[in-house]
Amino acid sequence: MGVPKPRLEVSEAELIRRVCQGDKEAFYGLVRPYERAVYVAAVSILNNPADAEEVAQEAVFKAFAHLAGFRAEAKFSTWLIQITINEARARLRKDRRHLYESIDEQRTDEEGDYSPKDFADWREIPSETLKRDELRNALKRALASLPLKYREVLILRDIQNLSIEETAEILGISEGNVKTRLLRARLQMRDALAPGIDGSWSTGKPEYKKVRPW
Amino acid sequence: MSVIEISCLEIWREISNYVDDDVAPELRARMEAHFKSCAHCKAVLDGTKNVVKLVADGVEYELPGGFSDRLYRKIKGK
Repeated sequence: MGVPKPRLEVSEAELIRRVCQGDKEAFYGLVRPYERAVYVAAVSILNNPADAEEVAQEAVFKAFAHLAGFRAEAKFSTWLIQITINEARARLRKDRRHLYESIDEQRTDEEGDYSPKDFADWREIPSETLKRDELRNALKRALASLPLKYREVLILRDIQNLSIEETAEILGISEGNVKTRLLRARLQMRDALAPGIDGSWSTGKPEYKKVRPW
Repeated sequence: MSVIEISCLEIWREISNYVDDDVAPELRARMEAHFKSCAHCKAVLDGTKNVVKLVADGVEYELPGGFSDRLYRKIKGK
């Protein structure tokens, strides 16, 4: 993975211009660098690869349909991921399993402090004792157990490495709110992944019990 | 030079910013002094740092096989 990517021959602004003139191939070129980011945003919200792919496609088509209205000063990737998150949330609203989650309660300020529930020292780091795919599954389960609004921030900041500012813009919340949600997301992940009382992770069954659904 | 003490509750409020190196120098000094003497908060700090690293390195969402092709074909078809 050491080969640097060749520079784009055509700028994004130029691609957008061509798409607005009806060039569909240019649209694929525009979206291609962000395929993974779009998919990750969708699957982290929906927890289901098939739904996530459908939503990713819908988001891309929506961007295509509204491209003429896209302001050139904004970042295309931010806009595209924003559309994706909104589409994923809309899909969640339709899914009856998620009726208990307040998808729309996005703008309220956070009240109260989050207190860590576990003070055990991580004498072993899970990555050292679990096999790679067990770890990945444990992490995904822990992630899926987070409330949606915390999960979104964790994905955008700690997985997609977007800035606080970009995350705030995508989610339509203040930067302070992003930081508060990120705090809660990280502390809850920590509690979900905390090792047992003796501080050790064991391979084989009950480490998955530790990913406590909240 | 003495630093003003900080409570565990305040630590937990700022711990995520601390991990991101996003706290003012004075607050940072207070937090560091606290970590030296409070095992609980040190454990929370270490755990939080571990979580950030684990999430960054360990959560891999592979694009489903054929995702790009299907997307491309659908765009062409529109």
